[in-house]
Amino acid sequence: MKQLLILSGKGGTGKTTVAGAFIKISQAKAYADCDVDAPNLHLLMSQHVNPEQKDFYGLDKAIINQESCAACGLCAQYCRFDAIQKNGKVYQVDSFACEGCGLCDEICPVKAISMTPCIVGNLKMYKAKDVFSTAQLKMGNGNSGLLVSEVKKQMKNNKPENTHLAVIDGSPGIGCPVIASLSGVDMVLIVTEPSLSGMSDLDRIVKTTHKLQVKPAVCINKYDTNQQISNKIKDYCEKEGILFTGMIPYDNMVIKAVNQGRSIMDYECEAREAIKKVYQNTIKHIELTEEK
Amino acid sequence: MRIAVLSGKGGTGKTLVSVNLARLAGNSHYIDCDIEEPNGHLFFKPALTQKEEIKVKMPVVDHTKCNGCRKCIDKCRFNAMAYIYNKVLIFEEVCHSCGACSLLCPEKAISESDKVIGEIQHGTSDMVKVSSGFLNIGESSGIPVIRQLLKQKTGTNDVIIDCPPGSACSVMESIQDADFCLLVAEPSIFGAHNLNMVYELVKLFNKKHAVVLNKTMEGENPSEEFCQTHLIPILSRIPYSQEIAKQNSDAEIIIDTNPQYRELFAQLLENIKKELAI
Repeated sequence: MKQLLILSGKGGTGKTTVAGAFIKISQAKAYADCDVDAPNLHLLMSQHVNPEQKDFYGLDKAIINQESCAACGLCAQYCRFDAIQKNGKVYQVDSFACEGCGLCDEICPVKAISMTPCIVGNLKMYKAKDVFSTAQLKMGNGNSGLLVSEVKKQMKNNKPENTHLAVIDGSPGIGCPVIASLSGVDMVLIVTEPSLSGMSDLDRIVKTTHKLQVKPAVCINKYDTNQQISNKIKDYCEKEGILFTGMIPYDNMVIKAVNQGRSIMDYECEAREAIKKVYQNTIKHIELTEEK
Repeated sequence: MRIAVLSGKGGTGKTLVSVNLARLAGNSHYIDCDIEEPNGHLFFKPALTQKEEIKVKMPVVDHTKCNGCRKCIDKCRFNAMAYIYNKVLIFEEVCHSCGACSLLCPEKAISESDKVIGEIQHGTSDMVKVSSGFLNIGESSGIPVIRQLLKQKTGTNDVIIDCPPGSACSVMESIQDADFCLLVAEPSIFGAHNLNMVYELVKLFNKKHAVVLNKTMEGENPSEEFCQTHLIPILSRIPYSQEIAKQNSDAEIIIDTNPQYRELFAQLLENIKKELAI
């Protein structure tokens, strides 16, 4: 099974629209939403089965047992995450700031701290003829990289036999969830937009894919909103030796499709035809890459 | 007053709103906490005044002192250490710099050294002080960069904080000491779904908040419906226009050349002050 990951660097360039369309065109039997901070793919892919749901536990977090705490303050002094604060006379753990390192538990002289399991997200899987794996991180939490790895694992472990292609919708940025989503995929399609912001973010995500040794391809969405910058992006790709797979015009139909909870492939429009071409150009190359 | 601008979904116009608000406020401080993909500096083109490296602590093993007890490996909850070929190895990418290994090593064989994970650049653009954080490529957590960005003394100037997308730890960190949270939403069910998430976040942290609807056009607006259902004040509506989209894509500050948008943002700033007074 080849895995195609859709990323963008900058948010809001159209990752989910493109991912949803690719799933439709390829009739992918396995797909996933790794944007666990703000998942949206499920809003496009109507499901006819109820999902299997699972709580996702991050690292255990510290809790101070007030009855045994001697209020010596050692834990607060050593915590690197400023997660332990003195409120009046008692010390308390801010569970959002606690990263679960367990240092406080180790050094507490009266053993007043216990490390306690903590639910930080929710994993969902829709399994019928195909499998759709997705998750939602609880707000304000860390551990998004771990959850992303779980989403991918869940998809892989449950994929139907003879699955040739898996399409994975990623998250914006270049940090933790993006790095986790990049591991083990065969190719990345970066959906960018013609703005100076988009270009600056494109360069940072391209460098991230190089660092993690995954081959990038680039397409431009809403290319006609700024033709000059679109040309610059094409030049950039040529200079960097990055595969360029096409351009999609700004199309009012896209937002209409999204608001109907449908894929753009269900509507006859310019954007649909352009995405088909991007798909063909992308898929040709992923077929040539060696499977990881 | 410290205003945090956030959205959940990416690309709804956080930077557009933050940059124009800061410019309009004049004597203000714009802080770009979207350290993975900072873009505000492209609009302000600030004259650089200062750079600051952001460092975290990384463990360093003195192999002559290490006796191979593996306590550090047992105690590392991030699985950032392993014992391979009779040596302790450290995986820096997953190390959280908690300091447990160096503190707990019975042989005192682990010390710590600084590792640079990013940079903060300070500059000025007209009357606006601009501070942007940049996370280095390949680093996973930018929280230390955000913490340092928000530690700066800003005096009595208005502060505009441009937040990262999402609603996870980095966003929480960015809004922590904000007086007001401005949620920017676009007219799609994606926009409304992610607005819901940041709305839950600002409620959890008891922050005063309101919404700006960006890219409004004819037809339904799921984000607007969401605000009406949850009685969230809408402080401004920025209509979609090709001209504005083009200017914004060229990283121009739109209020500099469009009087009607200057008026719109002035009204928004007024409305925020009113909300804060309530």
